[in-house]
Amino acid sequence: MYRYDEFDHQFVKARTAEFADQVERRLAGELTEDQFKPLRLMNGVYLQLHAYMLRIAIPYGTLSSKQLRMLAHIARTYDKGYGHFTTRQNLQFNWPALSDIPQILADLASVEMHALQTSGNCIRNVTADHFAGAASDEVADPRPYAEILRQWSSVHPEFSFLPRKFKIAVTGAERDRAAIQVHDIGLHLKKNAAGELGFAVYVGGGQGRTPLIAKKVRDFLPEEDLLTYTTAILRVYNLNGRRDNKYKARIKILVHETGTEELTRQIEAEFAEIRNGELKLPQADIDAIERYFAPPALPDRPEGMVVEASAKLANPAFASWVKRNVNPHKNPDYASVTISLKGIGEVPGDATDAQMDAVADLAEELAFDEIRVSHEQNLILPHVARADLKEIYKRLEAIGLATANAGLVTDIIACPGLDYCALANARSISVAQEISNRFGSQARQEEIGELKLKISGCINACGHHHVGHIGILGVEKKGTELYQITLGGSGDENTSIGEIVGRGFTAEEITDAIETVVETYLALRTDKAEDFLAAYRRVGAAPFKQALYGAEAKAA
Amino acid sequence: MKILTANRLTDGEAVWLCADHSWAETIDVAEIARDAATEEKLERAGKAALCKNEVVDLALVDIDLVDGRIWPKRLRERIRAAGPTNRTDLGKQARAFPGAERPLHAEEGARRSGISIAA
Repeated sequence: MYRYDEFDHQFVKARTAEFADQVERRLAGELTEDQFKPLRLMNGVYLQLHAYMLRIAIPYGTLSSKQLRMLAHIARTYDKGYGHFTTRQNLQFNWPALSDIPQILADLASVEMHALQTSGNCIRNVTADHFAGAASDEVADPRPYAEILRQWSSVHPEFSFLPRKFKIAVTGAERDRAAIQVHDIGLHLKKNAAGELGFAVYVGGGQGRTPLIAKKVRDFLPEEDLLTYTTAILRVYNLNGRRDNKYKARIKILVHETGTEELTRQIEAEFAEIRNGELKLPQADIDAIERYFAPPALPDRPEGMVVEASAKLANPAFASWVKRNVNPHKNPDYASVTISLKGIGEVPGDATDAQMDAVADLAEELAFDEIRVSHEQNLILPHVARADLKEIYKRLEAIGLATANAGLVTDIIACPGLDYCALANARSISVAQEISNRFGSQARQEEIGELKLKISGCINACGHHHVGHIGILGVEKKGTELYQITLGGSGDENTSIGEIVGRGFTAEEITDAIETVVETYLALRTDKAEDFLAAYRRVGAAPFKQALYGAEAKAA
Repeated sequence: MKILTANRLTDGEAVWLCADHSWAETIDVAEIARDAATEEKLERAGKAALCKNEVVDLALVDIDLVDGRIWPKRLRERIRAAGPTNRTDLGKQARAFPGAERPLHAEEGARRSGISIAA
């Protein structure tokens, strides 16, 4: 894992002290809210419906046990005993007092964490594949590059006041688990014919009120040009991105309005100017950062296969969990484990302080002290010996975190929605809970197979509904909540934006409507191997519209 | 009919303006404006509190009276007045029951230093 150097320590400490002073001056009345609001946002502090909210950065979703224990400590000491893991691999606390936040940030700084750039029109926390450094299908670990981007983008003087927020995601595998095509910049780390590392570069993806899939502007960018090329993109955006209309200010709109060809020309022209300047990455620097991310020494554990097989025979629930929540590792004696934060009927992404502590202990004892947060709001233990899976399962079961549903219909992404969020128009959590309970039977979920269901409580789409195989968007209509269904979205290497299927459903109707969609799929799939998305792409929306709206669909 | 709401500066707590210009943590005791003049009076008092750095995010909220009690027209405001609908153990709704603010976690918190995670 990356370890702060002297500069990082001083930088975060100085920023913590600076913000503590700003909070003190605000509470003393020396700063007005208008003066203070941009300062608090730069430090991850929002004001929500019930209280302030603090969003803590978890760079590329990577945590040590010590860091996770600190998050548990903060939940217990300053908040209400839980935290919410977000769709950008961050963690949010929903109840901190403003007066406690300087101390919380000091506690975070003591474990090399902060809340910088988790808000504002700057380059946000860089996200990455949650199986990075472990997945068997990976070309190279994307996190060193995410870390290089983090260092470069932290309080970047030129890019701290962009037209709008800016999100970068990196993946190191063909199978895109980081949803790079719905980010402002998506980087796909790959090798060229000569075996050299570089990136396919995607620009201008995003969700929100105008969902657009990123355009590929470079098929292969040498790794040494990562920062120069990123700078070129941001310069073109910073200069030409719209500042007259908040809703048209993201780079996706610039790409759309300028055209990919012309925008690429502008980026390449800027790149040509600066390519051989100070931002060119020396191999020694890349190597130095990569060393921080060297995989742990994994001793041979050949007994794993036999231990796992016998445990599966003895315990079908364990077998289900292995099938769903265990991902292949580069080392065949090992695996990556998804710890589902989607217990049946639970709040997606929430974990109690005790659960965080317990996962930290588990990681320290059996998983090389490493935890990941996935953008799908689960936790990951990236390096686990297959021989230890049975023990891990047993211990997760004891803390209510052994739900075998990764990738199934109850593994729902949901934003906090109207239960917490000041921007929301409708609740998300309650809809997620009801759907989870409806489909909670293990046998039924497995029969349905892979199905990504994502819920947002407003058009800002924090719940990624546009790329859900089934997406649900909550809106407010005449004072009541109404839920629109989209179908056929996907956030992987074959990204697609879901299509709105028809008129919305009330809170009372939405779970039945989702069940109708699922039952329609089950009736029309060619066989069990054809998952929901494949079936939808084959047949289109018509059968689903017919099932949902009947005669009304024909009339339309 | 309208009432004036805000969030308290120090901790973000949702509060409502009362007739005596104090800020209450419960919606029930908010002063109700039934005419434009009273609305203006509420807003003036709110802006004064804003200037004194007591509260932030002022808003006039549309309400009905249901069985004599204040009932905000928007669900958003009803949730602000009660707490998250999925966690009735949290927020204002939990305060009617002493010690109920954290019932889901109190037990876990108590054994936090020696968590037993054996099956």
